[in-house]
Amino acid sequence: MLKEKEVKNLAEVTVRFAGDSGDGMQLTGSQFSDTTAAVGNDLSTLPDYPAEIRAPSGTIYGVSGFQLHFSSTDIHTPGDRPDVLVAMNPAALKKNLDELKPGGIIIVNTDAFDSKNLKLAKYESNPLEDGSIKGYEVYQVPVASLTSKALEDTSLSQKEISRCKNFFALGLMYWLFNRPLEPTLHWIQVKFRDTPEFIDANTKALNAGYNFGEMTEVFTTRFTVAPAKLPKGIYRSISGNEATALGFLAASVKSGLPLFLGSYPITPASEILQYLSYYKNFGVKTFQAEDEIAGVTAAIGAAFAGNLAITNTSGPGLALKTEGIGLAVMTELPLVIINVQRGGPSTGLPTKTEQADLLQSIYGRHGESPVPVLAAATPSDCFYMAIEASRIALKYMTPVILLTDGYLANGSEPWKIPHVNELPDISVKYWTQKEGFAPYNRDENLSRPWAIPGTPGLEHRIGGLEKANITGNVSYDPDNHHNMVKLRDQKVKGIVKDIPDLEVDGDQEGDLLVLGWGGTYGAITESVIKVREEGYRVSQAHLKYLNPFPKNTGEVLTRFNNILIPEINLGQLSKIIRSEFLTPVIQLNIVRGLPFRTSDIQNKIKEILGGKNNGR
Amino acid sequence: MADKVEAKEVKLTAKDFASDQDVRWCPGCGDYSVLAQVQRSFPDLVGIKKEDIVWVSGIGCSSRFPYYMNTYGFHGIHGRAAAIATGVKLANPKLSVWVATGDGDLLSIGGNHFIHACRKNVDLKILLFNNRIYGLTKGQYSPTSEQGKITKTTPYGSVDYPFRAISLALGSRATFIARTLDRDVKHLQAMIKRAAEHKGLAFVEIYQNCVIYNDGAFDIYTNKETKDDHTLYLQHAKPMLFGKNKEKGIKLDGTKLKVININESDNSINDVLVHDEFDESPLYATLLAFMAENSDLPTPVGVFRQVFRLTYDEGVENQIAHIKAKKGEGDLEKFLFSANTWEVN
Ligand code: SF4
Repeated sequence: MLKEKEVKNLAEVTVRFAGDSGDGMQLTGSQFSDTTAAVGNDLSTLPDYPAEIRAPSGTIYGVSGFQLHFSSTDIHTPGDRPDVLVAMNPAALKKNLDELKPGGIIIVNTDAFDSKNLKLAKYESNPLEDGSIKGYEVYQVPVASLTSKALEDTSLSQKEISRCKNFFALGLMYWLFNRPLEPTLHWIQVKFRDTPEFIDANTKALNAGYNFGEMTEVFTTRFTVAPAKLPKGIYRSISGNEATALGFLAASVKSGLPLFLGSYPITPASEILQYLSYYKNFGVKTFQAEDEIAGVTAAIGAAFAGNLAITNTSGPGLALKTEGIGLAVMTELPLVIINVQRGGPSTGLPTKTEQADLLQSIYGRHGESPVPVLAAATPSDCFYMAIEASRIALKYMTPVILLTDGYLANGSEPWKIPHVNELPDISVKYWTQKEGFAPYNRDENLSRPWAIPGTPGLEHRIGGLEKANITGNVSYDPDNHHNMVKLRDQKVKGIVKDIPDLEVDGDQEGDLLVLGWGGTYGAITESVIKVREEGYRVSQAHLKYLNPFPKNTGEVLTRFNNILIPEINLGQLSKIIRSEFLTPVIQLNIVRGLPFRTSDIQNKIKEILGGKNNGR
Repeated sequence: MADKVEAKEVKLTAKDFASDQDVRWCPGCGDYSVLAQVQRSFPDLVGIKKEDIVWVSGIGCSSRFPYYMNTYGFHGIHGRAAAIATGVKLANPKLSVWVATGDGDLLSIGGNHFIHACRKNVDLKILLFNNRIYGLTKGQYSPTSEQGKITKTTPYGSVDYPFRAISLALGSRATFIARTLDRDVKHLQAMIKRAAEHKGLAFVEIYQNCVIYNDGAFDIYTNKETKDDHTLYLQHAKPMLFGKNKEKGIKLDGTKLKVININESDNSINDVLVHDEFDESPLYATLLAFMAENSDLPTPVGVFRQVFRLTYDEGVENQIAHIKAKKGEGDLEKFLFSANTWEVN
């Protein structure tokens, strides 16, 4: 007789899957996320993978991880420290153990704990035997051999069988957290539709993992996390990169303009190119260029010819595109540059997140070169900010930089899918009349007419040389240059009348405002909620418009005694806020290539408000 | 059909293609001739409307070209003309897109864009104004300057080897490749028209005299006394003859080209290579491309090669049409809701 297993109800759980880059941890994590989303939990994910595609197996630097935070309430971050760690080998255990919550659950694949792997992970002795993980709840499961056993009657090679072990682990986790197998079974059917033997094998491995949980004596408890109370609607799970791609697709549909992406592959931005290249039946054109420069300049050419033109990249690529962006400023053409920020400088930490391109985006060009800068706050917000960036670019005939980051790009969350008719309309009119046409005439927004090649009678020339006001002819006149420098500046500053005010969450005035921007929204929000629960009075505001700032920004800042600005850089927004508003700010800067831990922000808030500070 | 009124097309003239801007090249610059021949040829281009023509350029003396044409024009940044033009063409394949560029612009800073535009067979017409010098920056050697060239940045002579632009285009799979001379106005016009008619990337190298920094670089090919012996006019299906009395011919000897005199007893016109513009193999055109740097051989001008392949822009359009036919025209509402969804009540 099997003992009835105890079922524990949890409000929220953070799970981390970790293994070799070849172990399929990203797939396992995303399958667990999709299933978890489908059962109605709120969730947030953080993939964490090495820069090498297949680093030597068994090594610490080859460990690939996927963290997932899910809950029965509204959540905002992928979780600080995991409650549960699934470690497929010794290196995965070694790399992640420090992060695990004290007393947390560890599920290990014991088959991988042989002397070779222990050595590769730089363990002197086996941590499963030497008592070094005594403080944790450890479940030792021979995942590899159990998978082999489950698949012994298949025609697969040993190597192929070994690749199925992540599905065994996934099945076990589904059992442990009471999730249905159907979404993944369905996914397997679709994914391997051309190779029935893999459908069979992966299905068997998944079921075997689930049944193992059910049958074994090892596990005495399983957990449930009740569905979250999310607003009514149809939901899907979405990552920042996919949301960005869909946002531009939506902007194309809403503006009636064909979408053109000029792009060069770069981590972590390439997926935007990949997604958009699938949307061919919407007429989307994706140009995988010979380099970053060709990506932006081809987009500028496409903008000249009348397309909604965009280019995507990450920090180093933005640097390469800089001269091109200057050209778009001078020619006053609509263009959106998406920068999925990563750890820098140089190649830096290509697969990790950072917020250190803010100054580059606002100021990093030759000459007086004003460019509106927007930043998305959450993975799904990338969708709306892509539309907003397009709207501003088209309305003001200007390049716009949209900042996301590696965390938003790869992280995912449930997204209540909007209906197309709820999305903002973007009306665009090309100039077609001969009367009153001059290439650098300006409308009430100071934007110039968009007269595209193919329009009879409006043949004109633009380019990188300074333009005479109105006629657009080349001009070296000193006063004209002064005037044009100011006009371009005023045009971008004028966007302030067209963007929402900065909203303050919580008390509208008080002791402390936590001011953030971009991808730290989730971490800041969760931190603020937690400290409020402890009785602290703290307000929060989040900037999504970095240039220009919302018009009430300065006034909001005056209402608080202290302004705390957490950033994953050395204080770039802080620097701008100080110089623009002559106000002191308190910085919190942690640049580890990872999202903020909410505990870091909470501690800082308490320190400022004079509460207890437990340290990190 | 009977009551259809045919709008009478007024034939444009060279003047219609001249913009109202003052041309600012140095007096005597070869660029004037190119501009004049383009303006003279364009009215003859069949099926291309003036409003559908776009000139794109980079940076350099020749890159001011678009400002002087009364068509759509885009004066870009250094080296990027081919990339900008590719964007224009992809965005609207109906347009006739021309690139005016120099040896520094196209082959040095813009080399990458050039070879990839060739490789992709983007339907662009690239006119390379090759004067073998940097003019606008006031006289530094360029990637087509001959080895040993003395300039401001190479006071003791350049030590590196020049590009052969034609061979670079060939190696990059350009589908139309020609060379012409700024001073041979008829030939220049003919090459412009041939380029315009070609569907695919057309590359025309124009030997262009810079009177200020490299005067006379191409005199040998244009001066009355020397041109007959040094310039070989390529004509399709015609034997390759040159010399005052067309007495010299090019013979293929193994894998080498050599000059023979057809009047000498051992030789006859039948020994002379007959030019084939449409030879699919690039080897033959490569032999011709290497003649320019060989002092024993004349320098060929004319169409080196013309082959026909689907253009990149056509390929892009075809694929979109194909996917639309297969999946149906995109419907955003449907598409957004087509992922794995779940409902919250
Ligand atoms: S510098 Fe040379 S190439 Fe430039 S405009 Fe003068 S003559 Fe022409």
